[in-house]
Amino acid sequence: MSVAVTEIHKQDQKPGRSLGYVFRQREMGIVLALVALVAYTAINQSRFLSSQSIRDILLNTAILAVLASGMAVVVITRHIDLSVGSVLGLSAFAVATVMQHNQDLPMVAALALGLGIGAVAGVVNGALVHFGNVPALVVTLGTMYAYRGLTYSWAGGQQVTADEVPRHFLRFANSDLLGVPWLVIIALAVIAGVGVMMRNYRIGRELYAMGSSPQAAGLAGIKIARNTLVAFVISGALAGLGGVLYASRFGTVDAASGNGYELQVVAAVVVGGVAVFGGSGTIWGAGLGALLLTVIGSALAVLDINQFWQQAIVGALIVLAIGADRLVAVRIARSLRKRDSHV
Amino acid sequence: MSELRGRLASWDSAIIGVTVLVLIGASIGVENFGNSSNFTFLILDLLPIALIALPMTMIVITGEIDLSVASTLGLTSAIMGDLWNRGLTIETIMPLCVLAGALLGAVNGFLINRLGLPSLAVTIGTLALYRGLALVVLGDAAVADFPWTYTGWVTGTIGGAVPNVLIILVVLAVIAGVVLHATPFGRSLFAIGANDQAARFSGINVTRTKFWLYVVSGAVAGLAGVLWTLRYSSARADNGAGLELAVVAAVLLGGVSIFGGKGSLWGVLSGVLLLAALQNALRLQDVSGQALNIVTGVLLIASVLLPNIITGTRNALQKRRLRAAVPAQSS
Amino acid sequence: MRIHSTRALAVATASLLTLGLAACGGTSKGDETGGAGPASTAQADPNAALKEGLKIAFLPKQLNNPYSDVLAGGGEVAVGELKGEYKLVGPNDAAASSQVSYINTLIQQQQDVIGIAANDPNAVCPSLNQARQAGIKIVSFDSDASKDCRDVFINQATTQGIGESLAKMANELAGGEGEIAILSATPNATNQNAWIKVVEAELQKPENSKLKLVKTVYGNDDDQKSFQEAQGLLQSYPNLKVIVSPTTVGIAAAARYVSSSNFKGKVAITGLGLPNQMREYVKDGTVSKFSLWVPSDIGYLAAYAGAALASGQITGAAGEKFTAGKLGEYTIAADGEIVLGPPTEFTAQNIDQFDF
Repeated sequence: MSVAVTEIHKQDQKPGRSLGYVFRQREMGIVLALVALVAYTAINQSRFLSSQSIRDILLNTAILAVLASGMAVVVITRHIDLSVGSVLGLSAFAVATVMQHNQDLPMVAALALGLGIGAVAGVVNGALVHFGNVPALVVTLGTMYAYRGLTYSWAGGQQVTADEVPRHFLRFANSDLLGVPWLVIIALAVIAGVGVMMRNYRIGRELYAMGSSPQAAGLAGIKIARNTLVAFVISGALAGLGGVLYASRFGTVDAASGNGYELQVVAAVVVGGVAVFGGSGTIWGAGLGALLLTVIGSALAVLDINQFWQQAIVGALIVLAIGADRLVAVRIARSLRKRDSHV
Repeated sequence: MSELRGRLASWDSAIIGVTVLVLIGASIGVENFGNSSNFTFLILDLLPIALIALPMTMIVITGEIDLSVASTLGLTSAIMGDLWNRGLTIETIMPLCVLAGALLGAVNGFLINRLGLPSLAVTIGTLALYRGLALVVLGDAAVADFPWTYTGWVTGTIGGAVPNVLIILVVLAVIAGVVLHATPFGRSLFAIGANDQAARFSGINVTRTKFWLYVVSGAVAGLAGVLWTLRYSSARADNGAGLELAVVAAVLLGGVSIFGGKGSLWGVLSGVLLLAALQNALRLQDVSGQALNIVTGVLLIASVLLPNIITGTRNALQKRRLRAAVPAQSS
Repeated sequence: MRIHSTRALAVATASLLTLGLAACGGTSKGDETGGAGPASTAQADPNAALKEGLKIAFLPKQLNNPYSDVLAGGGEVAVGELKGEYKLVGPNDAAASSQVSYINTLIQQQQDVIGIAANDPNAVCPSLNQARQAGIKIVSFDSDASKDCRDVFINQATTQGIGESLAKMANELAGGEGEIAILSATPNATNQNAWIKVVEAELQKPENSKLKLVKTVYGNDDDQKSFQEAQGLLQSYPNLKVIVSPTTVGIAAAARYVSSSNFKGKVAITGLGLPNQMREYVKDGTVSKFSLWVPSDIGYLAAYAGAALASGQITGAAGEKFTAGKLGEYTIAADGEIVLGPPTEFTAQNIDQFDF
């Protein structure tokens, strides 16, 4: 942290660069934590770095990372989407059921269906938040119950099992392109796509602006209504996509799929350096957060540490991450004030 | 007069009305809903939610939130089981558990008010942390052999009609009601929620007030953990998982503004009762638990959406009336 | 102002603490046992006819579990034969407390018999005893409730029999020696733990002396968690020969993981599974042998036992006999247990004869 501060002093003339530098520092922190953790675990148990093990970790991260990318967009806009776990469940069950009855349907259709269901769920969330003027926390808490209830009513205790869905649908999650599993490729594509949108495109910058100050963004002529909808549609659609990937990877799907997943997704995003009060953080940070959480889970299992510690560690990490963000923000504010007084 | 009309039109009065209607309707329309043993079950089911909702109401009125309450309940339940296994007397364990809850609340209060971290994020973090610690304390074991004197008391009734635990709930609800609605301290909570800065300038110690609210919230969650454990004669790390959402839903349904500054305890208690009564009645009618999820979700959104729509239409009507009045005057 | 607010809070906190301290007798573990259920005083009348129109409700651990569905399905058939009213209710999650509300509802609805697979043997007890006080007969099946709060328990097979069968299959598949691991349900699942104890005892015997149980992990009967626990096992123990999973969720998840990884053919999966879920993995060679009782028979037997109780044919005392439709005659053993029979072993040869 002190390094960051001295850097700011050195680069007094270029505040934009120095801010960017600090935010990059935040992600460097996660990378360092990841490297340290992987190194320690690998020293104790060399099989941790075997290709099968790495493959498992990446596969386990993929779905979480896809959802975290969507959640990051919403959180950057100073909202939250607690319905993602339920949307994942709804999409997974819908897609598995449709595939069960239409064995010849291609994978692309399944992906499109999942994205579509998620997008509709996202539109409902976004519309209620913006036009209903209801806080996102309340709306998505409500739709979290409602979407889950919808899935339960539909499934009515039924389950779609691995032997009822088409072979090619199950193979998709486990097959590779040049040695990289499709699931991982999709996750990387999502992170890259959403990341570029948020970084380089007008809409992305507008979402950051809305998160920093909704009033100022409105006064500056940003289309708040459209952008809020866009943010929730992205989050919903990616949760829907996550549902397809979930169904394909696990094969067996019931109405409870993805129950409680929202917490893990929020944790990945927050640990990945996206500030809960909006306006800062990156998509690839959220992806790194997802990776870190998964690696922690795997490392605990491999190191034979009591698996009960896992959740406590995740919780402590979230608190730590929020604290670190706060510290960085305070330091920046202080150094900016200092610079102003010099002028 | 106009104050009375405003009172009648407010959401919390509306929710009290709806709750009374649902209770009357269910007593007439649903077989076995109105008998005394069902009333006991109803109270036992809503007890932990109602208890935790008391401090939660105050916290939300100050514009903050505490999502860690259910995990605090689970952790105190785990601690209770562990201490019982270590041979401590139950009379020592119970206050210790409440104290442990208060300490967990103090951790939240410290992070939020001393370090200035956002309460939503902090309590999502401690939600995971406390539940994790509960697993560390008790693992997946269940401790079940609590003394009948206490487990029997918690599930028992006075004269077959009034559940014993209702006394605890009524006493705490009255205390909370008086503190919130009839003391300067209570008014200061509304002031903080309405405008944090203004409250600070008018001499309210905002930081300290909020800190203590979290301590009380933790202590009450600890008490709820003790009662939960005794009710089910089962101390487990996963006790009460997901309960925080039911509490928040009840508080918002009861008319407390998520932005702070508005709400009443009576509205919240009606919200708790309404949700519990609906669930109970629907179950008696063999409506599946699945459909209950949808009802809860829709009610939650409606509780904020409807007042917004009503206010919106009222403002629009008022504007139109004003506009109509202006030409009338000029002519 | 400040003094005032602090005092108000102090009063509130103090009153909370006093509530906790309310009684200062000093009761600690072992001082007092839990309240016993109502003792049955009724006399059994073996010649009583089975009543028609009995309201028989089934309360499985949770609703969306295919195994529970098959169990309850058997019950539905039996209730149909008995000309009773069948009802199936249950929670969405397998938490200990969530069944209690449903028991209370069933009491209000004045059912005649409740068949329950208890999520927690003790948490459901107070409510079950209230039900018995209201004259409802309690038949536990699949996972027992504490024995002083139910009338009879339908045991799918004796604990000893299942444990021995698991140990035997593990021995055969490991070829007599090597590392084995167990992937169980939740760590406090009543029956899984009992079976695992028997397996551990079996491993002490000379014929199993070269088998080494390296670890028991818990997938919580959650598909994804079980899948990941299987992954973790194979990473930590590369020489593992057999994973024994005494739960249908666990064995299916473990088989799916192994069939899609490069451990296929190197590690054997066995345990208790549903033929429909396992058919694929038996056919692709991941699994060569697993066992289970026929689950629909459990529900069937539970319904008949409940009807016999409600008709006064039996009271739950040891030695009483009753006839359960197509399954024939059963005798109640000690502690109100009724044993269904030995488990069936499934292999590539016979699996297609079963559809459940």
